Amino acid sequence: MAKYGKNARAIAGLVREAEVHRDVYVDPEVFELEMEHLFPNSWIYVGHASQLSKPGDFITANIGRQPVVASRHSDGAIHVFYNRCPHKGVKIASEPCGNTGKFFRCPYHAWSFKTDGSLLAIPLKKGYEGTGFTDTQANNGLSRIKNVVIHRDFIFARLSENGVGFEDYFGESLSTIDNMADRSPEGKLAVEAVPIRYMHTCNWKMLVENQTDTCHPMVAHESSAGTAIKVWQREQGNSTETPMAVQLYGPFMSPYEFYEQSGIRIWPNGHGHTGVANSIHSNYSDVEGYLGQMVAAYGEKRAHEILGEVRHNTVYFPNIMVKGAVQILRNFIPIAVDRTLVESWVYRLVGAPDKLYERALMYNRFINAPTSIVGHDDLEMYERAQEGLKTNGNQWVNLRRLYESGEEADVTAVINGTSERQMRNQFHAWAKFMTMNMDQDLDQPVEAAE
Amino acid sequence: MISENTITDFIYREAELLDTMQWQAWLELFHPEARYWMPLEWQQQDPVLQPSLMYEDLLLMKVRIERLAGERTFSQKPKSRCHHLLQAPRILACDPAAGIFKARTSFIYTETRGDALERFSGWASHDLVQVGDGLKIKLKRIDLVNFDAPFGNIQLFM
Repeated sequence: MAKYGKNARAIAGLVREAEVHRDVYVDPEVFELEMEHLFPNSWIYVGHASQLSKPGDFITANIGRQPVVASRHSDGAIHVFYNRCPHKGVKIASEPCGNTGKFFRCPYHAWSFKTDGSLLAIPLKKGYEGTGFTDTQANNGLSRIKNVVIHRDFIFARLSENGVGFEDYFGESLSTIDNMADRSPEGKLAVEAVPIRYMHTCNWKMLVENQTDTCHPMVAHESSAGTAIKVWQREQGNSTETPMAVQLYGPFMSPYEFYEQSGIRIWPNGHGHTGVANSIHSNYSDVEGYLGQMVAAYGEKRAHEILGEVRHNTVYFPNIMVKGAVQILRNFIPIAVDRTLVESWVYRLVGAPDKLYERALMYNRFINAPTSIVGHDDLEMYERAQEGLKTNGNQWVNLRRLYESGEEADVTAVINGTSERQMRNQFHAWAKFMTMNMDQDLDQPVEAAE
Repeated sequence: MISENTITDFIYREAELLDTMQWQAWLELFHPEARYWMPLEWQQQDPVLQPSLMYEDLLLMKVRIERLAGERTFSQKPKSRCHHLLQAPRILACDPAAGIFKARTSFIYTETRGDALERFSGWASHDLVQVGDGLKIKLKRIDLVNFDAPFGNIQLFM
């Protein structure tokens, strides 16, 4: 039975000031509406321009359920298209990335398209003469997504024609992406490798919430980070240098007080980050030669400013998280109401020492891989929640930690680092972008299809 | 004298220790400088500047094994179990004079937990060294046939 379709009021009712109804995680209809409304109304990460270095390079992605392809045209411009042939709907690119040469060619009937999407050729074109073909959408070639913005090489797209503009949508939150790119002495990042992929049997929003959940690491990760510290203390012998691995695991066990004082910053539209004053990434060993490169590139003051910003996790609503200090982006790709594909990408700081790339790759496999013991801790919690939320005894998820009545939404603020306010911030944005452009005939019975 | 049979027996014994969850005895098969490597790319050469699923030294393997028995290791409640089905190892090198012993073994690996069962196929490569009268693992490399697919949890060892 359709409870939520075309019913903005019912959807908004799922989000209270500091609680959310379990249907946001477990109801397949709500998930379908996220695909239909939330994802098209939001700015979604498609990929990185370094993956499209040459003309003809392409990458594929999904925005919600809809497959898209981004390509580099011969004039250097990057375009994003719906990934379907205008003829019969066949995906024109099926691999995650590649080079298509001067044109895309549909493998079904050999319709071909320039890398700017325009129709290049159709076999037996005469057969379309006088048929009215030139008046159809197919005549325009691949359908291009109009709202595409590339910020510091990060490609974002919004499928809905109308909505919040890129600058208004992200605002000051772009400072985390800026800081990550600035950490390269050349101000540039490069994708050089495939992401680590990890399938989660839970709703995608559980993963997003967990990014700013600072009251779980010392509890859920006692088994992994706690054991790492214990084994190291026993085995270190006379070793004076803490291995990179222990430096990466150890800070997860920091006490509540550490997270409280390190702070959380929230921004409008559901974005926010942990680690304002300092973070679990603050105390990694210096990498030889790197500071010198940064000072040479930016000057003493600016270099220290850039490296002094060690934000922990920055959530870009709805579904990516960026870690500037270790050059990682996690993409929480919704597959079904209880299924989420997590792709964790590492960016190389162009011109920086290899050691930093080595550390980022190590962090990624320690924390974000299907073989990661930290990942095992987290996924176990998500799976148990996905099951537990089916109970009818209590249908609400509680997000009230450090809630103050009259709390404003869509503001910038720095708050206690153990607050659940960023989760509340996300759900406020969730309700907003779910119901935006939704048919305003509220509470009307759904008409039968014509 | 290390023979081809010694290598084959060693590899079967290693799988048996994993399947019977004799973790400490399994760890003792490794050389102190050993690595356990699961690459993420086809015919990958570099474990450090290319991404891997695992590239772990003995310290990290000990962490994994101690974690499995931890009181608050909730992802092991219930516990996982595993099964290795091995093809006869192909001996790539058996040179006692040079101290080089290498084998490649095709496998099907099953990991179960509760009602769930996952199955993986691939090749295990063993680089072994002689220590005393026996062999130790210097490098164990696991190449999955679908290394690029998204997996759920892999909590034990292939």
